[in-house]
Amino acid sequence: MSSASMPTIKSKPVTISQDIPVSKTLRFWEGLKEDKILATKCCQCGSLYFPPAADCANCLCTSMEWVELSSEAEIETFTHIVVRPTSFSQHKPYTVAIGKLREGVKVLAWLTGFKFSQVKVGMKAKLVAKVSSDEEWSYEFVPLDKSEG
Amino acid sequence: MRKVAIIGVGNSKFGIRNDVNVSELAFEAVKPALEDAGLTSKDVGFVALGSAGAGAWYEELLPAVVTSEYCGLTGAGLMRCEAACASGSAAFFAAYSAVACGQADIAMALGVEKMREIDTQTAMEWIGRAGYYLWEFHNFGLTFPAYYALYANAYMARYGATEEDLALVGVKNHKYAAMNPVAHLQNRITVEDVLSSMVIASPLKLYDCSPMTDGSACIIVASEEKVRELKIDAPVWVAAVGYSSGTANLSKRAGFLSLDASVSASQQAYKAAKLQPKQLDFAEVHDCFTIAEILAYEDLGFCGRGEGVKFLREGQTEIGGKIPVNVDGGLKAKGHPIGATGCSMLYELTKQLREEAVEKSRQVPLKNYVGLAHNIGGTGHYCYVTILRR
Repeated sequence: MSSASMPTIKSKPVTISQDIPVSKTLRFWEGLKEDKILATKCCQCGSLYFPPAADCANCLCTSMEWVELSSEAEIETFTHIVVRPTSFSQHKPYTVAIGKLREGVKVLAWLTGFKFSQVKVGMKAKLVAKVSSDEEWSYEFVPLDKSEG
Repeated sequence: MRKVAIIGVGNSKFGIRNDVNVSELAFEAVKPALEDAGLTSKDVGFVALGSAGAGAWYEELLPAVVTSEYCGLTGAGLMRCEAACASGSAAFFAAYSAVACGQADIAMALGVEKMREIDTQTAMEWIGRAGYYLWEFHNFGLTFPAYYALYANAYMARYGATEEDLALVGVKNHKYAAMNPVAHLQNRITVEDVLSSMVIASPLKLYDCSPMTDGSACIIVASEEKVRELKIDAPVWVAAVGYSSGTANLSKRAGFLSLDASVSASQQAYKAAKLQPKQLDFAEVHDCFTIAEILAYEDLGFCGRGEGVKFLREGQTEIGGKIPVNVDGGLKAKGHPIGATGCSMLYELTKQLREEAVEKSRQVPLKNYVGLAHNIGGTGHYCYVTILRR
């Protein structure tokens, strides 16, 4: 009952890759190219959204403005991912952290440039835009003293 | 609202079940549940199936339809419920609601999952996407252990808990699984075994994680009138169902020391059942990872904030302690067939409340004849708390 040696039939293979619409958050993805991390702010109630939202879940207003976030974050938690999913198998093990920005929003992103033993809850890091190894724009946490660009 | 009782339960052998397809696996829970209730499949008016991985971990996209046909349930009202790892509890809630509101007299919740037809890495991929794909997976490759590891590191930093403390959950739950013939992992383990197992997402190691399991469980519910008509001798009554949810993005959580959905769902359930946590005889809690069981002790009010580890170390969650927890081995060792888990928790509660625990060595002592099942979907994305009373 426990073995892989049981007879099976292979299902027909299928490859899936969806085209995810980003027209309403395009400003965010473009902002990364200018090294800016943008959030949206509701024009009616002032709620701030990161990840950016095109609609306000608080007051249902659909009029939002783009605001740039500060870069200094306090790390609230982290983990070092050793066993990776298939689509990340080409990467070395990576560290993910959640950091809180001065504006009150939190960001989940990779944390790079630290020795893992140095990573602590409560430490400070800087949130920066970057080009991922898949040549897509993304963002990550790096040491505060890392020089610009 | 009508009173609703559980009148039949079934649970398949959990494990790597490459000997059966999803329909055959479902049958292994449906047959004993119908026999337990003294019914046939034609007596069931409504079927809610809990399964999360349809078309991903296993080949069938419409598992409710194929399992119903295979088990002779075609013609009943039918739906599939998805609430990630709480899909089984969501299905139970749908079946319970159908009877409570008078729409059906007899309904079935059937939880089934096949997770071992694909390779482990692809399975990690699917489960890692079970959050907010666009914002937390696409660029960052989160995995399910990693989500809980974020909670574990925050908890350890705040309360000084250690990796050894987390390991004790695994040691306890493997001990009880070794007494449970349906359990996936029936080996007893030590703290050293946990600490020396490979790191999956720090601080969580292999033995901090529940296994990927194939399994099914089935619960049949009926109205009070039907219970009398069928002369059911040991009905187990649904005292309350509480539910809540949490944000998709973990970055939107207020903190990482508790799951808010567990707190809300349990408070709602305690209020509806008119009881306090200390009146519970025992509980099944959602221990997909060792940290999750410690969070559950606190979120469900079994002990105070930051006291979960002490509570565990004192043996309060063992048989003989204040509230035995997961004496079937839990998700951690009995196994975690995602969509079946919620129904399997209710199977265990029902068996214990009828004083029919499979092995007498793990029958909990009953004073108030009340048990609780706490079933989380994702990382506190969904939560169902179900309280049963005999």
